[in-house]
Amino acid sequence: MNTPVNRKPILLDFEKPLAELEERISQIQELADENDVDVSEQIHQLEARAVQLRQEIFHSLSPSQRIQVARHPRRPSTMDYIQAISDEWLELHGDRRGFDDPALIGGVARLNGRPVVMLGHQKGRDTKDNVARNFGMASPGGYRKAMRLMEHAHQFRMPILTFIDTPGAWAGVDAEKFGQGEAIAYNLRAMFSLDVPIIATVIGEGGSGGALGIGVGDRLLMFEHSVYTVASPEACASILWKDAGKASQAAEALKITAMDLKKLEILDEILPEPVGGAHADPVKTATILKEGLLRNLSDLDPLTPQELRRHRYEKFRRIGVFVESDV
Amino acid sequence: MSLFDWFDNRRKPGSPNRESREREIADGLWTKCPACGVMIYTKDLRANAKVCPECNHHIPVYTQERIQQLIDLDTWLPINQTLRPTDPLGFRDRKPYRDRLREIQEKTGLADAVQTGVGEMEGLAAALGIMDFRFMGGSMGSVVGEKLTRLIEHATQNQLPVIIICASGGARMQEGMLSLMQMAKISGALEQHRQSHLLYIPVLTHPTTGGVTASFAMLGDIILAEPKCTIGFAGKRVIEQTLREKLPDGFQSAEYLLSHGFVDAIVSRPQLKATLAQLIRLHSPQPTAP
Repeated sequence: MNTPVNRKPILLDFEKPLAELEERISQIQELADENDVDVSEQIHQLEARAVQLRQEIFHSLSPSQRIQVARHPRRPSTMDYIQAISDEWLELHGDRRGFDDPALIGGVARLNGRPVVMLGHQKGRDTKDNVARNFGMASPGGYRKAMRLMEHAHQFRMPILTFIDTPGAWAGVDAEKFGQGEAIAYNLRAMFSLDVPIIATVIGEGGSGGALGIGVGDRLLMFEHSVYTVASPEACASILWKDAGKASQAAEALKITAMDLKKLEILDEILPEPVGGAHADPVKTATILKEGLLRNLSDLDPLTPQELRRHRYEKFRRIGVFVESDV
Repeated sequence: MSLFDWFDNRRKPGSPNRESREREIADGLWTKCPACGVMIYTKDLRANAKVCPECNHHIPVYTQERIQQLIDLDTWLPINQTLRPTDPLGFRDRKPYRDRLREIQEKTGLADAVQTGVGEMEGLAAALGIMDFRFMGGSMGSVVGEKLTRLIEHATQNQLPVIIICASGGARMQEGMLSLMQMAKISGALEQHRQSHLLYIPVLTHPTTGGVTASFAMLGDIILAEPKCTIGFAGKRVIEQTLREKLPDGFQSAEYLLSHGFVDAIVSRPQLKATLAQLIRLHSPQPTAP
């Protein structure tokens, strides 16, 4: 969580009224200081108003605004969280089939004294890093590396913690050539066979099959401003509305927010974010994540491997809405 | 006129006895192959499982024809026929999802995009799921997921092999994340079927893409495909847009997947039933010697 203190904040459109207010407050303060006038009472009121405004803005975000928060360039990534929550950790590389995908990372770690396997999609921290990490869009080799690490966890009886943060699985010629569909499909099935607890957390964007490929677990957690979609709103808009400009309408219709998915009984728990989003206070956010993971792990601990697998199956078995008539 | 010319003329719509032939087309006696343009006597075409005898083009076939082609006469028993889709998200794009469903149900006579049941193939019992591309592009929503899951569970309980004829554009966006989760649900059911050492064969037909490819289509113990069908994870247009380059010839075809090791065999439709029956026989437990 080494967010440099003096880095200029990256503002989202809807944060602008807040930024303006904050700038005005500091201008007034400066003016008062120059002229030796005491405005502390007024400043105090204005600051309270700024806090209130921030809360108002972040409590009423539209789905497409939430996507902006979920995709915020400063939003903590998988690597940030792993480093922040684990006592120690060692990254492991490679799918043992010829690839090491930098867009999906993982390794062995110790969480509160306990060995675990952690893995997740990795977005870059800046443009150069993002290009190297393919913007968190994993290739077949990434999903196979994830599977290999999950089998390792199964072998050594370690719980698995996965972190989802991808716009989607990589759609390129090589991804098809090396079996993107097969790699994801294999994980979906194999994750039902693992004897250890699996907790998946959507930390940013959950993009379709690319997210689900490491998302089959006993628990699904999601940060408050994370999104999880069947198709990106942009793609959905261009297919169903025949107009990519209708992305915000699609985002609304697709029901992609944590609150929506809790209602649809797909999600188990919403992890709150600090006001202003995870990037506003990464350290606090990591603490919330760690607490949530440990609590869910202790819920799962009493279960035998057979019970874990059965509950995991039943959890997914229930998902779906349809009508069935007797005739 | 050489023999070749005669063949050529035969294929051209403007050949001499055009008028009488067009009357026959109107009656449905003749069918024109959409790939090579040759006129085929419809009865012959049907007897050949709707595969053009000239160019081997596989004309799309749908649920009822598939059942006739694959299942022994009078052995088909459909299951879970009363499941119907609803509109859990209140989804509306340019048209409400509810209206889209009603229209396509009226047009196709189907409740949703998959039919499931049990039947015999050359006397061998099997659980069969058939996706129908006419129903919203064979897209997978809650009903498709539930029906396939129940089919697989039924097969696990009754020790049956599962065969799924895949044809789908992927997850049904109008049901949002509920659709995506069907990929996991079906895969979970397949894991249980697999734990029971039972055989699962998906048959990939045109087109098999998206979430279906990234789940049950690629999870077969043995994976068969119809010639030249499109099989892929991402749509070709998506890939072209991301890469801004033209795609290699034959990319995402059954033959491409075969040469890259993701399909076991390409089987022409007239041989499909015999091939499936052969595979089921090869994987049946041997009677133990007395």
